[in-house]
Amino acid sequence: MTSDQPLEIGDLFVAAYPDATEAELGRLHERLAERADAQGLLDVAYRTVDTPVGTLLLAATETALIRVAYETEGHDEVLATLAARISPRILHAPGRLDAAARELDEYFAGRRRGFDLPLDLSLSTGFRRLVLDRLSDIAYGHTVSYAAVAAAAGNPRAVRAAATACRTNPLPVVVPCHRVVRSDGSAGGYVGGPAAKQTLLRLEAA
Amino acid sequence: MRGKQPFEAVVAAHGATVYRVCRAILGPVDADDGWSETFVAALKAYPELPDGANIEAWLVRIAHRKAIDVTRARARRATPVAEVPERPSAQQADGRDLDLDAALATLPPRQRQAVAYHYLGGLPYREVAAVIGGSSDAARRSAADGIANLRKHYPGATALKGMTR
Repeated sequence: MTSDQPLEIGDLFVAAYPDATEAELGRLHERLAERADAQGLLDVAYRTVDTPVGTLLLAATETALIRVAYETEGHDEVLATLAARISPRILHAPGRLDAAARELDEYFAGRRRGFDLPLDLSLSTGFRRLVLDRLSDIAYGHTVSYAAVAAAAGNPRAVRAAATACRTNPLPVVVPCHRVVRSDGSAGGYVGGPAAKQTLLRLEAA
Repeated sequence: MRGKQPFEAVVAAHGATVYRVCRAILGPVDADDGWSETFVAALKAYPELPDGANIEAWLVRIAHRKAIDVTRARARRATPVAEVPERPSAQQADGRDLDLDAALATLPPRQRQAVAYHYLGGLPYREVAAVIGGSSDAARRSAADGIANLRKHYPGATALKGMTR
């Protein structure tokens, strides 16, 4: 009982003590992100954008866009993976992603056919990376088969591996894995789900 | 072992607590600087923080050091004009209790720190002692003395109303 008395007073004290408002904490956070960036401490900046295929997470290192993620991938999970594989110095800092967000807006509005952003594909390695490197050759509004992409990446028989490369693309939409379809002409799977793939293919066909 | 969470999650979980601590130690004018300095330093050191460390205690330790820096910087640039401006009322428009800030500011540093780190920072006395030096018992006594002083000398502070008998 003896330790309870000061605790009661302390609790009252805490209850009366001023809390920062949401707006104040938001302002402090914004300033933190700016200072971290200026001092080279912000290894990964991220933000979200609302699009016709849902809310996309965008993440960038100091030099390049490194991740675009669909909600179905679990944004918290994606950030945890970035913390483990790139750096835990990660903050919500929309400023660094202004250009990426603007280009995505333009793309979804049908006013942009290619992205003009520095990209970092280091989250994809080996043959998967070779596959992704070939995808930017596929023009807006066109599609190719998984078999053709496998061949272009140097291994015509690795069709399944080419499909895996697309499914694990760290930069969907920007690196156009949605333009890779099955040989029978059906759309096939997609990291953002089949509906998102159809939406992108319809957008580009318009 | 899952590795470190993104630093954003650290700010989200502990930003409000660190702000309370900074405000208690530094007062309303310098609290923002203390908070920023604390989190910039924490971000810098974060990759080296051992997994499983008590993050809140770690942040309070940093805040303690940064508060000393901010206080020294304030002392260097202090002029009579920089004194706390007159307050027409103890209650700000946003309902904040400025008496409580004023009351805390008059406590001896160790009492103020012990009260802030234990009650506002949520640290057990063992951790408070690690931050301010001395034993756990000494930290507990400092916090108790601090609360007693607040009750005795500042019965008008909202937190302590009705607690004077």
